[in-house]
Amino acid sequence: MINIFSDVSRYLMILLMAFYTYLNFRYFSVKNESKKSRLLKRQYILMLINHLLAYLLIWIETKDEKLLSFYVVQVSFLVGYPFLYRLFYRYRSGLLITNQCMLLSIGFIILPRLSFDRALKQFVIVVAATLVTWLIPFIIDRVWQISKIPWVYGIGGMILLFLVFFIGTSSYGAQLSLNVNGFSFQPLEFVKISYVFFISSMFYRSTNIKTILTVSGISALHVLILVFSKDLGSALIFFVTYVFLLFVATGQWRYLVSGVSMGALGSVVAYQNFYHVRTRVTAWLNPWSDIAGKGYQVTQSLFAIGTGGWFGMGLYRGMPGKIPVVEKDFIFSAISEELGGIYALCVMLLFVGVFIQFIMIAGKMQAMFYKLIAFGLGIILGLQVFLNIGGVTKFIPSTGVTLPLISYGGSSVLSTFIVFGIVQGLFILKRKEEDHYESE
Amino acid sequence: MKVNKKTQSNSNKKSSSNPKANRHILILTYSMVLLFLGLGGYFSYFLLVDSNRVINNSYNARLDRFADRVIRGEIVSNDGHVLAQTQVNEEGKEIRVYPYDSLFAHVVGYSVNGKTGLESLANFYLLSSHVNGVEQIINELAGKKNPGDRVVTTLDLDLQKTAYDALGNRKGAIIVMEPDTGKVLAMVSKPDYNPNTLLSDWDQLVSKDNATGQLLNRATQGLYPPGSTFKIVTALESMREDPEHYKEYTFDCHGVYQNGEYSIKCYHDTVHGHQNLTQAFANSCNGAFANLGLNLDLGQLKNTADGLLFNSELNLELPYKKSTYVLKSGADIWPVLQTSIGQGQTQITPIHNAMITAAIANGGTLMNPYFIDHVENVGGDVIKKNVPGSYGNLMTAQESAGLTDLMKAVVLEGTGSRLKTDVYTAAGKTGSAEFDKKKETHAWFVGFAPVEHPKVVISVIVEEGGSGGQTAAPIAKTLFDLYFTKY
Repeated sequence: MINIFSDVSRYLMILLMAFYTYLNFRYFSVKNESKKSRLLKRQYILMLINHLLAYLLIWIETKDEKLLSFYVVQVSFLVGYPFLYRLFYRYRSGLLITNQCMLLSIGFIILPRLSFDRALKQFVIVVAATLVTWLIPFIIDRVWQISKIPWVYGIGGMILLFLVFFIGTSSYGAQLSLNVNGFSFQPLEFVKISYVFFISSMFYRSTNIKTILTVSGISALHVLILVFSKDLGSALIFFVTYVFLLFVATGQWRYLVSGVSMGALGSVVAYQNFYHVRTRVTAWLNPWSDIAGKGYQVTQSLFAIGTGGWFGMGLYRGMPGKIPVVEKDFIFSAISEELGGIYALCVMLLFVGVFIQFIMIAGKMQAMFYKLIAFGLGIILGLQVFLNIGGVTKFIPSTGVTLPLISYGGSSVLSTFIVFGIVQGLFILKRKEEDHYESE
Repeated sequence: MKVNKKTQSNSNKKSSSNPKANRHILILTYSMVLLFLGLGGYFSYFLLVDSNRVINNSYNARLDRFADRVIRGEIVSNDGHVLAQTQVNEEGKEIRVYPYDSLFAHVVGYSVNGKTGLESLANFYLLSSHVNGVEQIINELAGKKNPGDRVVTTLDLDLQKTAYDALGNRKGAIIVMEPDTGKVLAMVSKPDYNPNTLLSDWDQLVSKDNATGQLLNRATQGLYPPGSTFKIVTALESMREDPEHYKEYTFDCHGVYQNGEYSIKCYHDTVHGHQNLTQAFANSCNGAFANLGLNLDLGQLKNTADGLLFNSELNLELPYKKSTYVLKSGADIWPVLQTSIGQGQTQITPIHNAMITAAIANGGTLMNPYFIDHVENVGGDVIKKNVPGSYGNLMTAQESAGLTDLMKAVVLEGTGSRLKTDVYTAAGKTGSAEFDKKKETHAWFVGFAPVEHPKVVISVIVEEGGSGGQTAAPIAKTLFDLYFTKY
């Protein structure tokens, strides 16, 4: 009997998720404001039912009462978060808030299943991040000086990266985190933001050849430190983001073309000169030749995804624990294994939706500074999601980046909250401005 | 883009929009979305096509989870005889039963203490249930497990039994397969074990004092010197080097072929006298082939051997060993003499020898051997049907016809005369492979029938069986006889 309930709920969750994803894209084509808010309400309800069903399943499998109280707290958060924004911001992007909550709720579902303690810790960080980043849209709106201090961003970012490089602790072959008082802190997650601000504020001032050379130099330094820290995924993200921003800021095709060719050349050089690059590529090309060794992680991930199939094994019915660092970099595989390939595809599409929304906001912004910021943050988010999902499905070599808002990791969550706050701020800025014109 | 620093102010945010930048942003966005589409497509393709193959891996512990909700399905022969099934006893404990005991031991395998054979190959299917929805719900309500799917093999009970009995208590292996489809009809390896009592026999089977290797599937994993069956390769090479005149080769056999300090003997020192190539092949004259080997281009010979899948993967679904061929150009005389007659360092598995023979029988095209005909649910609805797949051409149709002529002569006038019958025309090659001077040779036979339109290929090896013509060929005869009565 319980099996039937579980199976039905599993399919229902997939259906809810698919419908949510459909509405998410539908939203883009709807012009009417009241219709938009109706769509959002529906999405919110779908999200809450999805979350509820998942927790029913979790409860059936574990009969663990502390999960029930955890559920109640989570629902309060999911319902409270939009209210918090409504309280303070008259103009806000409801879609952005809804999607942020949806992605968080998926993390809330899959993380406790992997490790309750980590899920709890993550939740505390989410709440803290909410409070800390609540004011960010206000700052973006009011404090226009943020476009005036490129060197604070540039030098600050470099200092953080150097710190990690020299005194950071390494995990899985890459130097990533700083340990302070027992807290592990990943500065890189924040350098992503300072990096975009640096480039945007520099190119906002001018795009003459001198500025371009300066910015290129600083960006190259960022990328090189990352390469030497063996964090290849982030190095790639930083590089591509720079090339894209340079292209958009200058409008010159030759920068895009030469940037892409330099990137290709750099990859070949890196492949030939760095042992750890070659190892990654070999493990990608044929993980099956060394299942117990270098190919272990990605083959376990493929087993998880493949065994789960389109409809998943059901929560607690798979073995996501077999994949090393599943709760961080390989959480997508756990989702696919237990909630199903369709569900996982929807998660990917949701990220694509968020990416497109960032870009649409970038398109609406008139000042180049804001345009570049929204675009740059969008590209970083998009690339990160692509590298993460591509890596765990063996579409591309695995690079060890997290899945924003879902993966376990405090720095990652906080920095993603900041990013969402900034983009929300830009949205609010724009809407107020439009409203101002309309009322004149 | 022009930005006037001097007039920068809050109002600057409201400067004119930038259509050019937006167009570029759009282009980059499209390329990103394209990347995601590629990723989504790849992901779907993986789930649709690749995943079944990928997850059926002994490193994938997840499949065992299926056993919590599904009763492992049956494995049956091509005409429905149950080869393996799971019975549930009164206490609700599941026991895997093999009705024919050790008859299918290696090919069907076992599923305790790990999984082997078809139990491993078909693990995913056996643990998947495709009973219809209503039945599934009824089972769920009754708290019963769903029955797993049935795997219908290509194996033929009669042929398997006959091959098994023909080998008796001697060590060796037999493979019977269809050259035009790749279907494996029988696969026997001896000595064997009883899968029904595997757990209690386990310690004895894997003990260090046990040198018999009962668990080893000799058909796919036993490496043997090919002996005279390798003359097929040598003959093919001479054919390739001189397609017009290769048959004109002659040799005078005195029982022992002397080359400087080296001598090569024919089996039991038989004096074959004046031999042309066909006669030398039919009579398996070692001197003639050793001498022929000296005239061949060794680099090309290696290419020919490699082209027949020595030193390479076989695209076989069961675990196997790669056959080895090491002779390179510039080798000394002695290894050349040895290798040309199938001795020396060359080693081959019985299945590989069957595959080379199957390619000859099938006009040069090798069909991949397979064991699972289809998978059906307990109601008999087909879930997945395997279709024959071609590996590719190992030789041209002309070359396969040339080799067929030689192999036909073996039966009509040579060492394979035990296969001569009016019912069908067989072709083949015997071999008596020396592996230890003090022991009897391994007896080989590989061949097919009928020559006009080959339907079945047989590969037989009897360890220490003596002469291929005396020991292995009669076994093949029994199997051909049965095949042509039955089909």
